Formats: sequence, structure tokens, C-alpha cells
Amino acid sequence: MIKNISNLGDAALYCDFGNEITKEINTQVIRYFKTIQKKNIEGVNNLTPSYNKLIISFDLKKINFNKLKKIIDDIEIIKSDSIQNKKFEIPICCEKEFSLDIKRLEEKLKMKEEKIYESFFKKEFFCYMTGFIAGMPFLGDLDENLRAKRLDTPRVKVPKGSIGLTEQFANIYTFESPGGWNIIGNTPLNIFDSSKENEPNLINPGDLVTFKRITKENYQNYHE
Amino acid sequence: MNKNYFEILRAGINSTFQDLGRNNLYHIGIPFSGAMDNRNYLLANKLTGNDNNNPVIEFAYQGPHLKYHGNAINVAITGDVSFKIKKGNNLIDGECYQSFILENNDELDIISTNKSVYGYLAISGQFDLKLQWSSCSTNIKAKIGSNNGEKLSVNQKINIKEINQNLVNKKLNYINTKIENIRVLKGTNFDYFSEESKKLFFGNEFKVSKLSDRMGMRLEGKKIENIVDTNIRSEGLIKGVIQVPADGNPIIMLSDHGTIGGYPKIGVVISADYDKLVQLTPGSTIKFQEIDLNSAETLFKLYDLETQNLISQI
Repeated sequence: MIKNISNLGDAALYCDFGNEITKEINTQVIRYFKTIQKKNIEGVNNLTPSYNKLIISFDLKKINFNKLKKIIDDIEIIKSDSIQNKKFEIPICCEKEFSLDIKRLEEKLKMKEEKIYESFFKKEFFCYMTGFIAGMPFLGDLDENLRAKRLDTPRVKVPKGSIGLTEQFANIYTFESPGGWNIIGNTPLNIFDSSKENEPNLINPGDLVTFKRITKENYQNYHE
Repeated sequence: MNKNYFEILRAGINSTFQDLGRNNLYHIGIPFSGAMDNRNYLLANKLTGNDNNNPVIEFAYQGPHLKYHGNAINVAITGDVSFKIKKGNNLIDGECYQSFILENNDELDIISTNKSVYGYLAISGQFDLKLQWSSCSTNIKAKIGSNNGEKLSVNQKINIKEINQNLVNKKLNYINTKIENIRVLKGTNFDYFSEESKKLFFGNEFKVSKLSDRMGMRLEGKKIENIVDTNIRSEGLIKGVIQVPADGNPIIMLSDHGTIGGYPKIGVVISADYDKLVQLTPGSTIKFQEIDLNSAETLFKLYDLETQNLISQI
């Protein structure tokens, strides 16, 4: 449940679900998000669910903080398990040219490359949120022994399709962008497609994701 | 095929199609975008007789140099902009907030914005554009929007699909005012910063850095000291949020911002000051002034009334 609602500037509500990050809390965030989305509240123009927060942006010409807060305070959340989890298997290639930070991770985690991949590939991930750049999924949770900090200096350009690790999460760079996550491979799969206006994101909050290792040959032939 | 079009002789630094932007896409990672300076965008459309969500060309610093081909069309430029109109051998100094007619082979040279960043070019008609999520707004980083998500480039054609028949020249007496004091509401992580840094944030001057664009405005000044954690769990952002990363230099999120961020939020610029904020050029000084939510709401009402009033004068 929402623990506290405060204002973020004069045109957004900051709904705080606490400090913990768990699937249960994130599922609550997603339920609120879906309920509010369905309600089509006059003046609300954006919703940003994240691990344990929900930001509700609004048009200050149509509604203000206090009026909207009252509506959200009184909202009845759809409790049924109508949130459908889709499952995906994402192919990734971990050849040298794609696994830009694997050596760095070996040092940071004091683990051998094979062990890192073994632990990574056996995991089923949960999509907590999408964003930062269009369609980027934030997937959790990595095993404790795979948790590393961001790069000290972020890359100016992370190649499209890169799979990155930071703390308890993995993500996929949906297009070339700056970024500081530890890159361990690359997928030939298109995770974001702006030509599909109704569903541009392949992976959405609540979905389950596993990764499958593919050879460089498979990677290169993927689109043929 | 298209008989009315602009030929681009020079594209300018960052010329893109913009309108009111896109709603309800933050959750998939797509920002609002849209014209940076909303008031000047609305005025440009009204001066050319359009409704308020008609695509315009936004330019930054140096604008495009265009040659027009086709039937007579009305054009208006808003902002604080120097430009020239070439009709045959006549070179005319252009005036902002005053629509003018372009005829076949006339040229429009938008030389530069003056001590401001953004200007707007509207036409009495519609550019021939492909929309994405009902908006032309171009986000060049995400490659979203008209013109394949790219800025305008030299030798390209800008096709016009429709010209309004009624070519009435319109004018508005208006001068853009500048502000140095930007009013700010405390952010959700205000208490992550030392007492001294909180005072410094609201007392000292900051300088707008060259590393500023449609995504964000970076500031330089005395470092702001974080005493809790230089990272927070990634969460949503909105335009106007002031984040302070580990290096202690604030970054203000602007219209093409990333939708999620992991740096503490020290403050949020009030809606009433956003249009003026985005016009501050690199090297300008900026000072933050603390304000409460009620006052911020009242100031926005006043700002919006003033905009509506200007529109009704046209």
C-alpha cells in the first residue's frame, strides 16, 4: 500500500510504497498504476511506476495536488490477479566483442567468468519497470554474489542490445545510449519498436524473463 | 509531387518539429518532449491562424536558412530572434511576433536567437509529417517523432500539405523578459544534503554549462554536498526536477529527459518558470529561490492567464 503521498514539484504526486524492493511491493505499485490508468482521471497526463514508487504527473491547468491526492487516497485498487505475466526467453551472445565488462566483473566479484554466466543464465528475472530510455526493462533479482556497482565513469555510448548488470538488477539497452552498467553480452532481439504504437515494448512490468546463450553465428544469422 | 515546400539551404544547429508533446508514455520510457518554450510555441501558432497543437519548427541558437517554393504562405517567428527575408534582390530585416507572407523563391534566413536559446517558426498551414503517438515532436536521442526522429538536415525538403486560404497578417506587441531567479519547490531528497549545502543551493549563483540540451541543463557552481547517499533507487522523473549526482553539480531535467533516474532530487522548478528557464543560455547565471506549493500554483495560474491574454490580443 502507499505509505505516503507528497508533491514532486507543483504538477506531480510522489507516491511512496516504502524503501524495500521486493516483487510484492512492486506488484502493488503496478496494481495502482493499472487501476489509475483505467480510471482516466481528468488532468492526469503521465504515470511512472518504479520499484517502490509511483509518480503521477498532471496538467496544472486541470487539477492540482490536493484535489488529485484526495482522489488517489480514496481509490479502490483492483485486487484480482488480472495482471498477466508474459514469459520471454532472450537470446544473448557473450563473445568478447559484446561482453565489454566481463573482465572487470571478474575482478569486482572475485568470480570466474564461467561462474558469473552460470549463475546469470539459470535465473528467472522479474520485470520491475521500464524506462530511463524507451523500453529499457529493469530486471531482478540477481543472486547476491553477482551484485556489483556501476562503472566509476559511465560510458558515453553503450551499444544497442547490450545486457548490463548493476546491484540486484539486469537491464537491456534498447538503443545506443550513455550508461554505466556492467555489460556482459548483447541480444540481436529488438526490445523496443517505435513503429508498434500500441505495444512498443517487448517486455513490460510484471513479465518474467530468462536468458539463453547463443553463438556468434546464431547472433549474426538471427535476422535472416 | 508536393508543390509547396521549403528547401533547406542551411539546417541550423538543432532544428526539429515540435508540438504540445506526448502524454501517457512515461511508463514505457518515452518523455513528454514538445516545444521547450510553450508560450512562444502557442504564440507562433496563433499568429499564423492555427489551433494550438499544430506542428512548428523549433530551432536553437542558429536557425535554418530556407528557400520557399509554392503558393503564397503566411509565416511567423517567435522568441528573441534575428532573421532576414529575401524577396528577389531585397533583403528585409524580419520582426518577431509579426506574420509575413512568403512567395515562390523567397528565402528566410534565421540567423540566430539573441541571448536566448529557442525560437519558433510557424506557417499558416500544415507541414506534411508522419506523427508518432499523435505527436510530431522529435526526440533525436530516442529517434522518435517526425522526420524519422532526426533533426532537419541540409538539402532536405520540408513538404507542406495544406495552406490556409485566408492570409491575414497578424501582430503582437510583446517582448520576452528574462529572469535569473528561478523559483523552486523542495525536492523529495532535500534532506540528503548538508545544512550548508541547502543554504548554498538557495543562496549562491550557478552558471549554466555548455553541456545543456533538450534533455537537461547542467549547472556549475559551488559543489553541493550529499551527506546521505549519492544514489537513490531509480524512480520516475518529471521535467523541472533538479538532480544532484555525486560530483555535486545540479542537473535540471528538461523536456526530452530520461524517464527514470537514480540521483537525489534537491528541488523542482515551478511550472510558471519553466518557459523562462529553458531560454537561459550557457554562461548565464541562475539563482534558486524557495517557494511553497500554494504560491507555485497561484504563480502558474497568473502565468497561464498572461499567456491566454497575449493569445487573445492576436
